[in-house]
Amino acid sequence: MAEIKNNPLLTPLNLNNPLTVQVLGICSALAVTSKLQPALVMGLSVTVIVAFSNVIISLIRDTIPNRIRIIVQLVVVATLVTIVSEILKAYAYDVSLQLSVYVGLIITNCILMGRLEAFAMSNGPWASFLDGIGNGLGYAGILVAVGFVRELTGSGALFGFKVIPQSFYDAGYMNNGLMIMPPMALVLLACIVWYHRSKEKSLQEN
Amino acid sequence: MESLLSLFVKSIFIDNMIFAYFLGMCSYLAVSKNVKTALGLGVAVTFVLVVTLPVNWVLENYVLKEGALKWISGDLASVDLSFLSFILFIAVIAAITQLVEMVVEKFSPSLYNSLGIFLPLIAVNCAIMGGSLFMQQRNFPTISAATVYSLGSGFGWTLAIVGLAAIREKMAYCKVPDALRGLGITLITVSLMAMAFMCFSGLKI
Repeated sequence: MAEIKNNPLLTPLNLNNPLTVQVLGICSALAVTSKLQPALVMGLSVTVIVAFSNVIISLIRDTIPNRIRIIVQLVVVATLVTIVSEILKAYAYDVSLQLSVYVGLIITNCILMGRLEAFAMSNGPWASFLDGIGNGLGYAGILVAVGFVRELTGSGALFGFKVIPQSFYDAGYMNNGLMIMPPMALVLLACIVWYHRSKEKSLQEN
Repeated sequence: MESLLSLFVKSIFIDNMIFAYFLGMCSYLAVSKNVKTALGLGVAVTFVLVVTLPVNWVLENYVLKEGALKWISGDLASVDLSFLSFILFIAVIAAITQLVEMVVEKFSPSLYNSLGIFLPLIAVNCAIMGGSLFMQQRNFPTISAATVYSLGSGFGWTLAIVGLAAIREKMAYCKVPDALRGLGITLITVSLMAMAFMCFSGLKI
């Protein structure tokens, strides 16, 4: 058990999930999940950015003066985010329009600063890379799950394709418009937290 | 003048940072355990927003936007530096936050202690960066519009966090299912508050 507990790649997927356990990066997680595609793109972008910023910070961690470390971290992250945002604009323009300001907000995504402070500042590059990938995937997984439910019930589609047959609508089925509104994202996330914590009793708060 | 007032009300109630865009959620969930601390953080966020947004507006309109460098010389009219906006915005925000931190530490040590780690983290509060990015996206025509927008957003954020803190203080006496305690029930509370705020969406002045 001890091995799994300290594995930087696997613990963030479950026991130390950035969203449901560390409560980091909730802002973007809720805002981009009304459809599946932006949720997926957002998850992947965050994974890439966390992994690489972790590696970069971990490589230069001994040379950063403690007083200005937050600014140094922000500059590294902002550079990576700018690159990702330009790539998205070039190759996936529609998605980058849907994500709007939330691409830029990856800079201030708490997952990044949280992992940089908690892990990359005190660990080697390879471990930091794994930690970044693990946290990014843990985040992406929840994003995709929330996006899946919201798009399926809210617009009856997945990745923009209709999956609920027309005959359902003819029989009186209606899309639940509330699912696309912001509040339902919170409720869905709360349900995931609820399920997760009833499975893993050690995570419950008093 | 009228449009400024309507922008102000709109940014508090309709485009509320928390309930419509989920900006600044991390510190929102973590620091909303008692009203006093929540109020302190809300004031700090409002202050940083009001200071950074106009500065970033000036940067955006006189340095970054396409053709914004015209005031230096006509040759620069075609220069578009907007890809630099993330880095410049975050640099301004980080510098100003550092300043605010020093001021608070000097003049109000008790507030400084109760805000703890979250004061430096205002730099990475999505609400601050989000304010600047929305300013860029919505293209506010004047610096006063940008300032009013920042003030309204800050008020809205403070209102949201104080409201949640008050509810959570009362909720400490309730029997919540084990697995929902803490994060789960807080998220559900926030979503109910967000639904209540959706009622404002038709509001016009």
